[in-house]
Amino acid sequence: MKIPVCRLADLPRGEAFRLDIDPPVSVFHTDDGEIFAIDDTCTHQDASLADGWLEGCEVECPLHASKFDLRTGAVDAPPAKRPVRTHEVVVEDGVIHVRVSTDAPNLPPCLAARLTGGSA
Amino acid sequence: MRAVAVVGASLAGLSAARSLRKQGYDGRLVVIGDERHRPYDRPPLSKEFLAGTLDEADLALEADDEELGAEWLLGTRAAGLDRGERVVRLADGRKVRVDGLVIATGAAARRLPGAEGLAGVHVLRTLDDARALRDELARGGRLVVIGGGFIGAEVASTAHALGLDVTVVEAAPTPLAGPLGAAMGGIVSALHTDHGVRLLCGVGVKGLSGGEHIRRGARGSVDAVLLEDGRSIPADIVVVGVGARPCVEWLEGSGVELDNGVKCGADGRTSLAGVVAVGDCANWYDPRAGAHRRVEHWTGARERPDAAVATLLAGGAVEPGAPRPPYFWSDQYGVKIQFAGHAAGADSVAVEEGAVDDRNVLAVYRRAGEPVAVLGMNQPRLFTRWRKRLAAATS
Repeated sequence: MKIPVCRLADLPRGEAFRLDIDPPVSVFHTDDGEIFAIDDTCTHQDASLADGWLEGCEVECPLHASKFDLRTGAVDAPPAKRPVRTHEVVVEDGVIHVRVSTDAPNLPPCLAARLTGGSA
Repeated sequence: MRAVAVVGASLAGLSAARSLRKQGYDGRLVVIGDERHRPYDRPPLSKEFLAGTLDEADLALEADDEELGAEWLLGTRAAGLDRGERVVRLADGRKVRVDGLVIATGAAARRLPGAEGLAGVHVLRTLDDARALRDELARGGRLVVIGGGFIGAEVASTAHALGLDVTVVEAAPTPLAGPLGAAMGGIVSALHTDHGVRLLCGVGVKGLSGGEHIRRGARGSVDAVLLEDGRSIPADIVVVGVGARPCVEWLEGSGVELDNGVKCGADGRTSLAGVVAVGDCANWYDPRAGAHRRVEHWTGARERPDAAVATLLAGGAVEPGAPRPPYFWSDQYGVKIQFAGHAAGADSVAVEEGAVDDRNVLAVYRRAGEPVAVLGMNQPRLFTRWRKRLAAATS
């Protein structure tokens, strides 16, 4: 499924746009002008990576110190241990779209518990 | 370099072992840890683990498929370092010969004199500490937390959510005034009273009272915390959160210079060639502060081993990059608290966004108009922006 995100002109370099689907996806426009889409939720704890520290092709979780590679979703260091999903980005007529991955997302334990009705 | 030992198997030690492999070291790697556990994450011990929402498997720091090619000597304590023979002596009598050494022995919780052997009295530093405290909190009752610092505040918050009756006792007039300054320390510590947790400030603890001697060698259970002003606070459980001291006794006489932990340069080097130190036991020179600082932050234990290992492998020939400003976080009563920089050097602090009454705050500390630190309460997005600005401004 291809979902429109926002106009390319509305997403400056160095910024991120959070798409409120479930689970949320974020689109990053790097300082080098590349555009990437990954799952927005850190795999360690419920935090929005769109709020994080974008540097090169990596985003650091806004709460703790794990960095995710926007190209592969790989995580570099604890406390997160699992990668985030990456999604295909398509720009058409000046509008950014993402094609959401069909893989299962790696949600943090607290969020996974909440989604299955547990307490968090 | 053919053999490197990392003494300490927590975050700093594991990060050092990882850095060694990442930076191309392919020789013998020995990791020595006095706890019997594989490396685990400590921040959740006072929060999610204590609350029962994360289990021990969630605390593991190593990935399932991670292979560092290291020999793990766990459950054994380093007892000494012989500089001439370059040997680490272990408490169980074994010896490990090394060419390079990473000291990552951390810090140990300070205890309350006179509390030994009294049931119901806890510190919180290790997984075993957290297991014991979790089991006791599950039984409920009256909890008194001695010390209103971050560990004490997080335990109070978690225990309050579990339904316990909680009192926090802090010797200073304002909790957290050291790390946050008095104004913001007062605002953050107001979270206790917001939630009906009693906060007693400006009064020291004289001692603990406990049950009669039940039998020789056992002192029964704690029943009250005695304050210096004569008050007695009834308690079923007491948590002592009064800081930590660096674990460096084993290095006395080794030639490694000690001064509030292991004294290090800005790149982690110690007074002995081929020896670096990282984590809570390491008193690194901070060029920004112009002084040595022993920083007990998770992020320091995670980030500094990269620099220290580069120093070790290059024989001290690398220029350290500018470290990022110190950063730590805390979670209390559902509020995310984040801090970066040094509050001590500030001459002003101002709330830039949010409102103190809502406990939703982005506050910037300045010295002569220049930002030197930033505090966020439930402001992760803005906090990150400011943290980035702070790093750029002071690098």
